Amino acid sequence: MNLSAYAWPVAIGVMIFVTFNALIIASAILVLAERKIMGFIQQRYGPYLVGPWGVMQPFADILKLLFKEELRPKGADKWLFTLAPVLAIVTAFVAFATVPFGAETTLFGLLDKPIKLGITDVNVGVLVVFAVTSMGVYGIVLAGWSSNSKYALFGGLRASAQMISYELAYATSLAAVILLAGSLSLREVVDGQTGTWLGFVPKWYLFLQPVGFLIYVIAGVAETNRAPFDFPEAEQELVAGFNTEYSSVRFAMFPQAEYINMVTMSAVATDLYLGGWHTPLIPDSIGWVGFLLKVAFILFAYIWMRWTVPRYRYDQLMTFGWKWLFPASVINLILTAAAVLYFNA
Amino acid sequence: MPETITFYLFAALAIGASVLVIGQRNPMYSVMLLIASFGALSGLYILLDAPFVAIAQIIIYAGAIMVLFLFVVMLLNAPREDAAEWDRTHPLRQPGVTRWGTLLAGLLIVQLAWALGKMTDLKAPVATKTDAATVSSVTELGRSLFTRHTFAFEATSILILVAMVGAVVLARREGDQ
Repeated sequence: MNLSAYAWPVAIGVMIFVTFNALIIASAILVLAERKIMGFIQQRYGPYLVGPWGVMQPFADILKLLFKEELRPKGADKWLFTLAPVLAIVTAFVAFATVPFGAETTLFGLLDKPIKLGITDVNVGVLVVFAVTSMGVYGIVLAGWSSNSKYALFGGLRASAQMISYELAYATSLAAVILLAGSLSLREVVDGQTGTWLGFVPKWYLFLQPVGFLIYVIAGVAETNRAPFDFPEAEQELVAGFNTEYSSVRFAMFPQAEYINMVTMSAVATDLYLGGWHTPLIPDSIGWVGFLLKVAFILFAYIWMRWTVPRYRYDQLMTFGWKWLFPASVINLILTAAAVLYFNA
Repeated sequence: MPETITFYLFAALAIGASVLVIGQRNPMYSVMLLIASFGALSGLYILLDAPFVAIAQIIIYAGAIMVLFLFVVMLLNAPREDAAEWDRTHPLRQPGVTRWGTLLAGLLIVQLAWALGKMTDLKAPVATKTDAATVSSVTELGRSLFTRHTFAFEATSILILVAMVGAVVLARREGDQ
């Protein structure tokens, strides 16, 4: 039997399986990391009872949630209430489908032809991620509306207004990188960052687009509804926001979707601005290690920011998004376009 | 021919969802079904080898415009139109209007059937490889948009701008400065 003929589709199947499970594990690690780092920042221990150093805490959490009763308020819309968490988590997983995370590799000689690390590569990859992420807001908005609760409804309303406002700045900062790379495929964007300037500065778009990177990260935090932009679930004002009426596994899906969205956002930031799997001192054959390190650093910064910066006020959020972030990203785009035209001509 | 099967699947989904959009009493369900219909449409674009148009459809219509729709529906807080009240009082439910509407709908169906019958050289529902290159490349799309179709492009932009200014003028209350 010729094994290598089967190796190719099997390799892609394995890739999907591994990525899917890696995202689930990543969200578990993030739960632990968040609680541990929060503990350190607030001069506490954080979870330490379940397993050594509290490492089994996320699994204890999910086990507890599994055994809770699934409640649905009497006046809730039956279909949309059930659909909302599913929509949130499905879009979170699907968004990762076009994110590449490593160069071509034969997995230490296991395959006869090299496989690209990443589920699929389409020529409009960046836009696919953006489109699927922007669909994720429906999960939150529908959860807020269908719960038939005023707190949840406010959470949903805030989520939709916030997403619409920050998507503009987000997409415009993306466009500047696309202009530099001349391609909408994430893999080609990463390949455009190969090599170094002057022998030691890596050719990352971060150094060409510092303002764009800043705008991307700020808008990304707002898009994933993380502090200081966590208005849909502002607990001091809205009980628990859009997920107030949810319990058990349906509730667990929302934070998990949020963590997976954070991973996707960090991975895309790494691909667009931090050179993807091109890292100094790490050979490209194990470039995915460098990729993971960069993603981990951005995720750490996410958590760090959440427990350091207080939440904005709602009107400040809108003013900042429309009057500062969006104009800044438009100016950045125009300057980038002019520079690309000037240096390429 | 998996492409033909996929085409009919997406087409059926688009038509089915669109019919259900106008059949719903609950505006929230209508919005969700409209999103499903947009999704099916973007699937059809992918079959036509126009991935950029497909994704633009999702980003602009499903991702942005429908979120605004949802926002408005949620603010109006109209989970269900009151059917009996609506039937009695709505101006579109007067007998004269209903009769004319039925007549026009019948005419439209006849016209559509006639037009489709006239078309003898219907091409296959999926793209052939030759015309794919012209629509799938973003560069080509941008170039033709800003050279051959500049006037149409600029005219559309001005139309949108006028609509936006109009909305701002209408939304401003009397006496506000």
